[in-house]
Amino acid sequence: MASSGNLCLSGTGVTKVFGFGRHRTLAVDHVDFAFHEGEIISIVGESGSGKTTLAKMLLGLISVTEGEIYFQGKKRDISSGRKKKEYWRNIQAIFQDPFSAYNTFHKIDAVLLDCIKLRGGGGLPKEEKVRLMTEACSFVNLKYAELTNKYPFELSGGQMQRLMIARIFLLKPKILIADEPTSMIDACSRATILDYLMKLRDETGMTLIFITHDIGLAYYVSDTVYIMEHGRFVESGSADEVILHPKQPYTRRLISDVPKIYEEWDLSTV
Amino acid sequence: MKHTLNQVFHSGKFLVGFTILMTVLVIVFVYPLIVRTPPLQIIGQGTFFPPGIYVSTYDAINAPTVYTLNLPDAEARRIANRLTQEDRIAMKEWLVAFGVPEEEIDIDDTAQLLAQWEANYDPNLRLPGMTFARHRYFQRVNASIDGLLSTEGAIIAARNPETGELTEKSIVKQTDFANVNDIANVRILTLGTDNFGRDVTTQLVAAAGVSLLIGLVAGLIATTIGLVLGLMAGYIGGVVDDVIMFVTNLFTVIPTFVLLILISFSIGQDRRGAVTIAIVIGFTSWVWTARAVRSQVFSLRNRDHVNLSKLSGHPLPRIIFADILPYIASYVVMAFILQISSGILAEAGLSILGLGPRTTETPTLGLMMNWAMIYQAHILGKWWAYMPVLLTIALITFSMNLMNTGLDQVFNPALRD
Repeated sequence: MASSGNLCLSGTGVTKVFGFGRHRTLAVDHVDFAFHEGEIISIVGESGSGKTTLAKMLLGLISVTEGEIYFQGKKRDISSGRKKKEYWRNIQAIFQDPFSAYNTFHKIDAVLLDCIKLRGGGGLPKEEKVRLMTEACSFVNLKYAELTNKYPFELSGGQMQRLMIARIFLLKPKILIADEPTSMIDACSRATILDYLMKLRDETGMTLIFITHDIGLAYYVSDTVYIMEHGRFVESGSADEVILHPKQPYTRRLISDVPKIYEEWDLSTV
Repeated sequence: MKHTLNQVFHSGKFLVGFTILMTVLVIVFVYPLIVRTPPLQIIGQGTFFPPGIYVSTYDAINAPTVYTLNLPDAEARRIANRLTQEDRIAMKEWLVAFGVPEEEIDIDDTAQLLAQWEANYDPNLRLPGMTFARHRYFQRVNASIDGLLSTEGAIIAARNPETGELTEKSIVKQTDFANVNDIANVRILTLGTDNFGRDVTTQLVAAAGVSLLIGLVAGLIATTIGLVLGLMAGYIGGVVDDVIMFVTNLFTVIPTFVLLILISFSIGQDRRGAVTIAIVIGFTSWVWTARAVRSQVFSLRNRDHVNLSKLSGHPLPRIIFADILPYIASYVVMAFILQISSGILAEAGLSILGLGPRTTETPTLGLMMNWAMIYQAHILGKWWAYMPVLLTIALITFSMNLMNTGLDQVFNPALRD
């Protein structure tokens, strides 16, 4: 269990409110969390429970209405563009829908070159850049020579998501937030994506925050599981603890909703 | 990018619109190279000369070679041409009064009418119930018909400047012809002249050019303002959005055309040039572009590719130019095309009200309509003073709208046939 390691990302009373008046929506409601270095954390909940909103707050893409996020024990400061850039060297994300995650006007090279630049490799000679990109592509079993001069939309969904992992391979962040990285992918590619993610995590030792609605998947990959319902963490703990001995009815429901191929489905809870 | 352009130029509607617009543009640029008279030069003494080929009578008489052609129907044609409609009606009136059955008289059949007249008319016979004045009138009609039937040639005489005596120079016979190629001065006025005696064709070409320029300037200004405000409101959001939307809503509520009239009026006749009007039109028509751009940017800024671009450490200008603008470019191009055509229409509307560019320098399509209206071309039936202008406006607007529809179908696959 890696929970003994240093605190990597933590938060107290983190809240996000959208709109005001009649349209006021409480997306994330005073959540507390502590993620340790090298840990694999799953945040599990159904659609609309506030998982993605929380992820965006952690990434610093949207502001936090209330509460505080701490990065490596210190209050997170992303008030200027320069500080944000610095923060994003440490925390990166893989998005749910690979089809909308790329700028369709830019070629694949541009996506990978941006990562090299963010790592401060903008001044490297061209051969070195190509070598880095080739290495990153071969890590996820893609051929750089075939991808160059292609547009992202010319690839399949699985290939695009693998390219996204290649991006992370180049960036080597301390924290990776994977927001349902496999939910838009067909079942066969899903295992491959997960394998590459785990391989990458094993090589770099980064903290992996895995956001999913699939509790079976969470059990399969993670050390720690947070269960989220209506913007709140209702249950958290080690994966074994939460999933084998659930305390909350919501958790039990999530577990019973996992389809089991060898059992008859119990539709009474749906 | 190349792919999109390729698709755009394979869209039939876009291509038709583009071809029409390009034809208009080519005419606008090439015509002044061929016909070098300034568009507002007064060439005709008198108003509304009908369209046609104008041949100098003086030069025709003095043509270097005179050809003799004996055409069998020349005389009949000449008489038919010179016998006015008024005379024909008068002849019929007399004949009916005399007792010829009305259904036997066809005033369009010159030969038959003349034959009936020859057979029946007697200048000394005063029909019962006819006033003396009327009787004399028919005698005059008869005299003019006798003149028509004469086969004598015309004598060309020159006046001696000292004595005032006329000396015969030559005789022009009825069988004399001149070749048009020998005549020094032939002017083709395809669309005649307007109320001031100016060539409508030349004026129309110049006006189409100026109107397109007005549309272009107005469209550029409106699109730029709309795009910048829309981007700011949509991307930055918050207070900036509130302020911009307040102004935009204000402009939406005030009827644009009324605003346009008020501004044009307050600028004053002397300072209203074509470009000034274009700027005024541009500054009053950005509202819808701003609203549409704002809502598009609003939905774009939360897309994952924008988030990814942020995570890659791109600065704000780059995100706007590389991740937002390309996605709304198709819409902005379409809005721009529509702004051009609505700018042309707005100028026409203003000018008809007499609030367009000042009238002394350049014609615009709206000004030509204004002149035609003031000088009552539509009441007098001088169609060539306003119909071609109307058609030009319609053609330009039509081509732009067609291009817009074509683009829409390329960019929005749901609309494809």
